[in-house]
Amino acid sequence: MERINKYNKEYNIFLTVSEEDAYKKAKEIDKSEKKLPLAGVVTGYKDIFLTKGIRTTAGSKVLEGYIPPYSATAVKRIEEAGGIILGKLNCDAWAHGSSGENSDFGPTKNPWNRGCTPGGSSSGSGAALSANMCLVTTGTDTCGSIRLPANYGYLVSLKPTYGAVSRYGVIAMASSLDSVGPLGHTVGDVETVFNVIKGGDGHDSTVVDHEAQAIKSKYKIGIPKEFFVDGIDPEIQKTIDEAVKIFKSEGVEFKEVSLPSTKYAISCYYIIQPAEVSSNLGRFDGIRYGNSREAFGDEAKRRIMLGTYVLSSGYYEAYYLTAMKVRTKICQETEKVFGEVDAMIAPVAPTPPFNLGEKTSDPLSMYLTDIYAATANLSGIPSLAIPSGFSKKGLPLGFQLMGPRFSENNLFDLGKKYHDAISFEPKVALK
Amino acid sequence: MSKLTKDEVLHIAKLAQLTLSDSEIKKFLPQLTSVVEYIGQLKEVNTEGVEPTAQVTGLTNVFRQDEVDSANTLSVDDATGGSDKLYNGYFKVGAILADRSDK
Repeated sequence: MERINKYNKEYNIFLTVSEEDAYKKAKEIDKSEKKLPLAGVVTGYKDIFLTKGIRTTAGSKVLEGYIPPYSATAVKRIEEAGGIILGKLNCDAWAHGSSGENSDFGPTKNPWNRGCTPGGSSSGSGAALSANMCLVTTGTDTCGSIRLPANYGYLVSLKPTYGAVSRYGVIAMASSLDSVGPLGHTVGDVETVFNVIKGGDGHDSTVVDHEAQAIKSKYKIGIPKEFFVDGIDPEIQKTIDEAVKIFKSEGVEFKEVSLPSTKYAISCYYIIQPAEVSSNLGRFDGIRYGNSREAFGDEAKRRIMLGTYVLSSGYYEAYYLTAMKVRTKICQETEKVFGEVDAMIAPVAPTPPFNLGEKTSDPLSMYLTDIYAATANLSGIPSLAIPSGFSKKGLPLGFQLMGPRFSENNLFDLGKKYHDAISFEPKVALK
Repeated sequence: MSKLTKDEVLHIAKLAQLTLSDSEIKKFLPQLTSVVEYIGQLKEVNTEGVEPTAQVTGLTNVFRQDEVDSANTLSVDDATGGSDKLYNGYFKVGAILADRSDK
């Protein structure tokens, strides 16, 4: 709490601090004799998770005074597991963005370098960890929004399989793509929170209860050649090359694989996602809660219009239907690859953290930040973002491991193998 | 089909219940045009005979009994707590139908 009070004004990480609730919960935990998996663990929630009685804005002026009457399932489960809520974390409004700069309450600064973005859209969820304000946080990932803030903050995070975690009480962005997952300092922390929040609750019909897969004794990892082309930052290429070497020394095999439709993933995503956004944001009419539609920021307006356009008469088939077919091809290609290998290694983003303001006037260049993220969302597979080191400028570097649907256990196992091999130690930017 | 006009932007905004100022139209028109041009690249993909995907984990219709679960039901106060424009426990909305003028 002291660190939040000291740094929050400058870094704009928390939108709401729930100090009173936090101390109350801490006292309860102190008295409790129950063995809880997250007893006393200080957490923050992306401000897109409803928290009963605590303001929830989705980073938008539309909901600037909204107090939810119930909590999201993920929040409820973390609270029941002993987590202590410190507050609500800044994010791009409605989770639309890759840098946190679309928040109607101002951008979050990266604790590793104040001039850089912490990655979005779960910008506060990453920054709260690298600023040493929380031990674990939650985020949502529709196209990289859990993985990028981990990648830009020297953190671990999991974008789970589509349908592994209930989204009940999480403000919807694009419902065929959205997933809810944890961010933390270590693979073990992320795994613990995932095990707390996963599984059906009867309120999200897309949740599939799935037996955890057995840990494999031997792995083969694919290197998708379309992900390692011109334009990838040399330091990211180098850190992944080194990771491959380390995995090899641990007995992991590698194989080049191909995902030919990768270059269409962002186009496909920027049709399907705005279409679903325009539908999901239709409910914000200012009647039952929140302000009127005039309070939407620029990016929400752009996405609502783009989605309305691709769904409108005369354009539906050319854009939306075509994108749904391209999505089928992308799914088939990932399935084929997972017939050959157990996981794939890839960059999270084409560059290390970029400067605040660098891409704000050019939405398309911002969208292309997510070029390596889209595959996992479009095909509904899990992906673990793993920190690997720092650039020459001292900015965090990392990579992602994608696996077949419901293979989270094996991704955790691989992540731990790698971190054990490099004697990984979590690092924070602010003391 | 990839060049957006001002009229199209106004039409889309109307469909989406958004009111745009002149300066917003001026700002959004080139931005949306560049995105629409980019996503137009999907034209070059051969999708003949490919079925569209809307759901990735193979679920089809998921049904449940239409029963009231009191443990998961909001009270009227909770459900209406987000608005101060209320009347007798109902939300007040703008009139849709007007009084007849020929009476």
